[in-house]
Amino acid sequence: MSEKISTIVARFSGQPGPLLLVLHAIQDEIGFIPDEAVPLIAAGLNLSRAEVHGVVTFYHHFRRTPPGEHVVQLCRAESCQSMHAEQLASHVKKRLGIEFHETTRDGKITLEPVYCLGNCACSPAMMIDEELHGRVSAARFDELLAQLERDV
Amino acid sequence: MSTVVYVPKDASALSIGAESVAQAIAAEAVVHTLDVVVKRNGSRGMFWLEPLVEVVTPNGRHAYGPVTPHDVPSLFASGFLKGAPHPLYLGPTEEIAFFKNQQRLTFSRVGVIEPTQLVDYIAHGGYRGLRRALTMEPAAVVQAVMDSGLRGRGGAAFPTGIKWKTVLDTAAPQKYVTCNADEGDSGTFSDRMLMEGDPFALIEGMTIAGVAVGATRGYIYLRAEYPHAHRALNDAIKIAHGAGYLGEDVLGSGKQFELEVRLGAGAYICGEETSMLESLEGKRGEVRVRPPVPAVKGLFGMPTIVNNVISLASVPIILDRGAEYYRDFGSGKSRGTLPIQLAGNLKRTGLVERAFGLSLRELLYDYAGGSASGRPIRAVQIGGPLGAYVPAFQFDVAIDYEALSGIGALLGHGGIVAFDDTVDMAHMARYAMEFCAIESCGKCTPCRIGSTRGVEVIDRIMHGVNPEQNLQLLEELCDTMVNGSLCGLGGMTPFPVQSALKYFKQDFLKVRLP
Repeated sequence: MSEKISTIVARFSGQPGPLLLVLHAIQDEIGFIPDEAVPLIAAGLNLSRAEVHGVVTFYHHFRRTPPGEHVVQLCRAESCQSMHAEQLASHVKKRLGIEFHETTRDGKITLEPVYCLGNCACSPAMMIDEELHGRVSAARFDELLAQLERDV
Repeated sequence: MSTVVYVPKDASALSIGAESVAQAIAAEAVVHTLDVVVKRNGSRGMFWLEPLVEVVTPNGRHAYGPVTPHDVPSLFASGFLKGAPHPLYLGPTEEIAFFKNQQRLTFSRVGVIEPTQLVDYIAHGGYRGLRRALTMEPAAVVQAVMDSGLRGRGGAAFPTGIKWKTVLDTAAPQKYVTCNADEGDSGTFSDRMLMEGDPFALIEGMTIAGVAVGATRGYIYLRAEYPHAHRALNDAIKIAHGAGYLGEDVLGSGKQFELEVRLGAGAYICGEETSMLESLEGKRGEVRVRPPVPAVKGLFGMPTIVNNVISLASVPIILDRGAEYYRDFGSGKSRGTLPIQLAGNLKRTGLVERAFGLSLRELLYDYAGGSASGRPIRAVQIGGPLGAYVPAFQFDVAIDYEALSGIGALLGHGGIVAFDDTVDMAHMARYAMEFCAIESCGKCTPCRIGSTRGVEVIDRIMHGVNPEQNLQLLEELCDTMVNGSLCGLGGMTPFPVQSALKYFKQDFLKVRLP
């Protein structure tokens, strides 16, 4: 793991302002930013550990623990609310048996809130992994969930 | 002769099944041994009709929609490849009223061309603006942008040309052009559509900016929530580079311009320009104190243009057709066109590019056809989560910067979210404070603490705890946030709250169970 991280740090260390590039690359590769990455990044980019930690924890996108096999991001913003995203959120939480920022006990699905996916003309919207879905009803969510369960 | 069929690969169209429609059409063509080429365009911006399939016929492009994979066999059977009638037939695409009654300047190619086909881009007027700019003195390019009357489309509406002139006039060893593509306002998607549907327009606009002010490097700060736009931009940059439109010697002019996309990481505040610059530098997205403005001391301390996607993508046509051409659209101090985004609880959602000056009512009823639910529209929020709620009796207001600020609202990035009469405005006010609490960068107290206190006060009001006293407290808190915050997040979060209080006070005083 630390070798992987050091390789990524080295790949970007010559670029101006490289910390976000490094964090994205680590999360893309490993799935999250492990705590052990922080001192390695700090040393490689000539930053303090506090600076690296500060950036990791500032951005909602970066996670410090491994996510489930799939990540469901449910939009909570105004446009989706106007099309009953709150009811959809209740359904999704009940169906998965978890709250926002939690992962199902079998480790399959992590549920995250998101504030706008730019799909406001097809509200309510959600993103499952990198796939965007629009006009998601409770029934449509159940279908998508069934597909995920078939896939894994 | 092969028949060309367009199926959008816009993220929204994909989100409601465009990919499976494209596959079904290709497969059905094979079954019937028909010579069909499926091309993937951006979206025309009529999302209630997506997936919108277009067939190229000798009489132009004909539209069918909304198409599901199940419709595909019957489309073939009825002869849609010749533009024949079918229950989903919509007529010639550009005759559809929603589309026909628009003035598409910035979006002229979106939904028309294949987004990352450079030949398509050039055949539709692309890169004429850059070629013109390269024959002009840098100061003349900046003057053209000033004369066009273009104001920042990201939301702040600051004159684009003045920013450019400041950067031009500030001597420095390195200057930058940055594009703010952190489109985080709910109800907005024009940046996304443009970047996915016509990425070269943004690249060309940024290149013109670089040439004009002497900046050799550009960055597009793109939100991480837009993976489709990310791919389109990276592909287009690579192609532009290979064809000599970017790089060390742009079109043999001896001028250099390099461009790179950098991803944000899910922080709404990074749409604020100084916070965006911090983030581009790889830091926490905390707001900087101004002055100095970014045009003097921006990215890595150097003079930097920070413009929104739509502002930059409007530059090529200004250079190509001339400042007057662009300026002659619009009204008052709002010149040119605005891509307005109709979102939320509306029957016909989508993108309407029109000159400034049409009324909100026209948009909500003539274009959008009223609410999706069929119930009365009670309020609309314009300009994202920091925009005021506009009640129905103000729907005759004109869409221009001054007219909206005259009623205490703002245009922002041009997103309009409609709510029907089932909306609870106290709940929406609470959400505004909650959103600010989640997204505050934490640098200033009114925003960091005020937003959390705002949620608590509204909760007390909604639960009937000393409502009159707490309503007054809420108003005082809003006043503190408006006047004491460092940037627009804390400074404008009260706008939706205050407007909800002003026009929908009864919602705050409704009896609720604790």
